[in-house]
Amino acid sequence: MSRQQATQAQQAGADAVETSNEGPEIKRRTGRVWTRTYRQELLLLGIILLLVVVFGLLNSNFLSAANLSNTAQDATETAMLAIAETYVIITAGIDLSVGAVLGLSGVVSAMVMGALTASLGGIGAFAAGCAAALAVGVLVGLANGLMIVRVRITPFIATLATLGIATGMTMVLTNGVDVQGVPQVAATLGNSVFAAVFTLPIVVTILAAVIGGIYLHKSRFGRWTYALGSNAAAARGAGIPTQKHLISIYLLSGMISSIAGLLDLMRLGTGSPLEGVNSELNAIAAVVIGGASLFGGVGTMVGSMLGAIILSMVLGGLIIGGVQPNWQTVVTGLLIAGAVAFQQVGRKASV
Amino acid sequence: MATEPLLRLSAIAKRYGAVTALDGVDLVIYPGEVVGLVGDNGAGKSTLVKIVAGTLQQDRGEIYFDGADRYWASPHDALEAGIETLYQDGGLAPHLTISGNLFLGREIYKEGLLGRLGLVDNHAMRTKAMAELGRIGITNVSHDVAVATLSGGQRQAVAIGRAVAWARKLILLDEPTNHLGVKEVDEVLSLIRQVKGSGVSVIFISHTLPHVMEVTDRVVSLRLGRVVRDSPTRDLTLDEVVKDITGVVSVRK
Repeated sequence: MSRQQATQAQQAGADAVETSNEGPEIKRRTGRVWTRTYRQELLLLGIILLLVVVFGLLNSNFLSAANLSNTAQDATETAMLAIAETYVIITAGIDLSVGAVLGLSGVVSAMVMGALTASLGGIGAFAAGCAAALAVGVLVGLANGLMIVRVRITPFIATLATLGIATGMTMVLTNGVDVQGVPQVAATLGNSVFAAVFTLPIVVTILAAVIGGIYLHKSRFGRWTYALGSNAAAARGAGIPTQKHLISIYLLSGMISSIAGLLDLMRLGTGSPLEGVNSELNAIAAVVIGGASLFGGVGTMVGSMLGAIILSMVLGGLIIGGVQPNWQTVVTGLLIAGAVAFQQVGRKASV
Repeated sequence: MATEPLLRLSAIAKRYGAVTALDGVDLVIYPGEVVGLVGDNGAGKSTLVKIVAGTLQQDRGEIYFDGADRYWASPHDALEAGIETLYQDGGLAPHLTISGNLFLGREIYKEGLLGRLGLVDNHAMRTKAMAELGRIGITNVSHDVAVATLSGGQRQAVAIGRAVAWARKLILLDEPTNHLGVKEVDEVLSLIRQVKGSGVSVIFISHTLPHVMEVTDRVVSLRLGRVVRDSPTRDLTLDEVVKDITGVVSVRK
């Protein structure tokens, strides 16, 4: 639009605001539209309430502050990875490497912290360790993005490869043994509780979800993310630098995963090579339960976060119920299959 | 016409592997001119449009646009130069709203700090989108729904509306009247005349030759990647154009 046209449009826009009240053709947002738009989120909230009631009745400790804090704490890892995975899945991609990046950044960060504590002191070593974790996330994310965009490897295979590489590197670096020597400041930060339930990982996760959600739904970056998953050719035709955008998405995914790795490290006080194993499964489950479509273009941050909460409550509930922990992964898999099946039925019904 | 051409294509060639899609196409478009591009399937019409739109890059040949030798590395470059394209499939993102599509790649930022942080002003875009569509006579669409829920005709209207709203120099319309009812076709054709009146040039691709004859100033026929005729529409009959396209002398109905 030229500047002149833009001004015309602006004036015409002002007219439209005045006249649209009487124009029956232009439908206005109504209460019914609201419930339809947020149907998935309302459904998920209902499920959460149901779970709270059921678990609360089964075990009176469930609603204690300590247990709520634990459940929230358990949900943070899945929620952080789900924030990353939400962006990726909306582009019709997938990032299988999020858990592996979480694990590798945790141990690399712990090793850097341990090696530098003597020379830099606790805080300096901690800062260097944080930077090292982020570097791992950037590196793997960039590798994913470049493989997908420049080499045209499908996201599934590209991130499967980096999943293997990062998991393997974690084992090579640690020999499967926890990395000790993490400065006390990390664990202190990671485990201090304020207002009865809030820990640093919980606060960081909430912040990340809010910022990630606002950017997904209200920014140009988010709009382009949906456009890319909705119709990549149309996005390119509209002048969007689709390749650059896709690389940014995987870069972002890697970075968020590495922050999740840092949070786990701070919570545990050691670099555990087992962190992040199978976590991509939880993240994908949370996003799919949250209503995102693996075909792209569909999904919300609120949905994914509610999905992460539901998943964590169910998995936590299994433990409270005395079910052997090995069943957790089985249940997660079943939930993914169930959520996708539910979407397919809904799709058919609406077409 | 004595004026400088807006677009001049010189010896444009494009191959897909062993298949030659365009074999040295020359084409000139003047400001405010509506040119019909016709040809059978595989004649190279869509390839030519995609090259002018920057979606594809030619193997050989030059594009002169607005007085300069240009090379489009991506659709972004062509858009910057003032060229809008309606692709055959409409080129809309079905999950976005009408205003989301209209302003895709041209989002309006919020004012102040939030805008500088990359947040968009959905309200402003919605208002302007509806005004812009209303200006060209598209009113019976609800603005809050995803484009996927619109009918085919409404979707096409939004796609054309977007091209018309933004085009400063040239609009490429690839089969804009496909799958449209009689009334909607009339609306599209009158929109093309309206665009022409504002000094913007149009390249109009269609299989429906009567539409081409009705609205164009000139018809360019492509066959097997070459221009076989380039004549003013008033000097042509429908039969002649059909002959160009099919390459047969005795005309089938």
